[in-house]
Amino acid sequence: MTSLTKDPSQEVELAPLLEVRSLRKAYGDRVVLDDVSLTVAPGDVVCLIGSSGSGKSTLLRCLDLLETVDDGQILFEGDDITDPRVDAKRVRRRMGMVFQAYNLFPHLTVLENCVLAPRRAHGLRSKAARERALELLERFGLAEHAHKHPDRLSGGQQQRAAVVRALCTEPTLLMLDEITAALDPELVGEVLDIVRDLAARGTTMVMATHEMAFARDVATTVCFLEGGRILEQAPPDVMFTDPAHPRTRAFLRRVLG
Amino acid sequence: MSDTIWTPSDVELARRAVRRRQRTVSLVIATVMTALVLGLLGLVLVLSPGWERFSETFLSWGDARASFAAIRDGIWLNIRLFLLCELAILPLALLIAIGRGTRSPWLAPLRVVAVVYTDVVRGIPTILLVVMLGFGVPALQLQGLTNDRIFWAGVALVISYSAYVAEVFRAGIDSVHPSQVASAQALGLGHVRTLRHVVVPQAVRRIVPPLLNDFVSLQKDTALVSAVGVFDAVFAARDYTNYNFNYTPYLVVAGFFVLMTVPLARLTDWLQARVVARERAGAR
Ligand SMILES: Nc1ncnc2c1ncn2[C@@H]1O[C@H](COP(=O)(O)OP(=O)(O)O)[C@@H](O)[C@H]1O
Ligand SMILES: [Mg+2]
Repeated sequence: MTSLTKDPSQEVELAPLLEVRSLRKAYGDRVVLDDVSLTVAPGDVVCLIGSSGSGKSTLLRCLDLLETVDDGQILFEGDDITDPRVDAKRVRRRMGMVFQAYNLFPHLTVLENCVLAPRRAHGLRSKAARERALELLERFGLAEHAHKHPDRLSGGQQQRAAVVRALCTEPTLLMLDEITAALDPELVGEVLDIVRDLAARGTTMVMATHEMAFARDVATTVCFLEGGRILEQAPPDVMFTDPAHPRTRAFLRRVLG
Repeated sequence: MSDTIWTPSDVELARRAVRRRQRTVSLVIATVMTALVLGLLGLVLVLSPGWERFSETFLSWGDARASFAAIRDGIWLNIRLFLLCELAILPLALLIAIGRGTRSPWLAPLRVVAVVYTDVVRGIPTILLVVMLGFGVPALQLQGLTNDRIFWAGVALVISYSAYVAEVFRAGIDSVHPSQVASAQALGLGHVRTLRHVVVPQAVRRIVPPLLNDFVSLQKDTALVSAVGVFDAVFAARDYTNYNFNYTPYLVVAGFFVLMTVPLARLTDWLQARVVARERAGAR
């Protein structure tokens, strides 16, 4: 398993962790992703921005093999994972995904949510899985809630627990789909702090987000999606100060006010 | 969105070819395995020591043909009985389930009745209910009530099954998340309207499979009316075997009952798939 953190001494020339080539996805006649290409190197934090319905969630779902693509390729750690012969389960074990709606399992406690995949999908011993989960819960201030059921927690706590659950399998790539969109503004901070912490530790992430200030802060690359296409792709300082595409400018004017 | 018309790339075409191959392989495996298992079962049957005698008494074509007409007429009674009972059971069971879920102190007696009803009725074997009502009520010679044994046997089935179905409904109602009730109440809907427009419609979708279970079970249990001398399909078959000492008619009846349940099972599967396609699209 590849390490979560990147070694700062070898910044240069890392083989891409993820390479998306001309991805296409349609639901019936409706083309939702059209010729999407994207490269993610280890340690990158890619932020997908764009208005609702532009295809951000669909792209993330395709990357996690939750949808079959209609054309194009996704290379993960050098393997073409869109090949039908690839075992999706094995690929997903190396990825983590957090959804907007938390999607914690309501019948399990927070701790049980966190040890489920390490034990049942990764074959970790119960003790080791619990130790790792408790350590992560502790780090993100959830230790006291470990034995509660998700419904007893606030939205922010639930979403933090969902991030911890995804981290417990030590994924090489973490995908976050608007994880703060369902939260109170005052709870957004505590969730974003986690993500910021992960970014600082060099976790490779692809995330859809509406938090522009945050994207500007942590992203290494920002992608602007519209109508299923990546219209523009640039480092945050360029994207937010001098976007090339008029549509990007219009979108940013709208969301930044 | 895209200006040009899309043609699948070579990669995509190769992927489709692989998927096609995978489907073919799956199909071959499924076919071979099915044939193998069925063939083995058939072999065990045919090679059993009593096969000769068994096929004479259970698989006689002549007896099947001779008993067919009477059984067909009998099964028609089972079908009508099933349909009418079901029509009565569904609303009755829903009432009982909702009665159990009421909160108002005024309705406490209703709750008690509902609990006692389900507990007692489910405890009594259905055949006893059929016999008690089918023979018992006509014996009372009550004024203004029919003495038709079919009717009373049907009432027994309704009583018995409404208790089971009520429990299925209750499980379905309980399975709807409390936040749904809260949202409905927040919109100003009262308890009954919340149930009627929010909880029950969601519950019904979830309980379709267990409900179908009870339906199929009821279809078969319409055969219990033969216990009070009603000339249904099973009675017709028994009548024939009593005179001809051949059990083939029972197999014919079984075939009819299976034929009855298959359309219902397919219908429910179809309904269920439609709901899933419509409401769970892109669930994330
Ligand atoms: N299962 C689906 N069936 C049909 N259309 C879908 C489905 N999922 C998403 N879509 C459509 O795809 C488009 C992109 O959706 P999505 O990826 O969720 O956008 P975003 O996450 O950027 O808001 C939307 O127009 C949406 O209506
Ligand atoms: Mg989305």
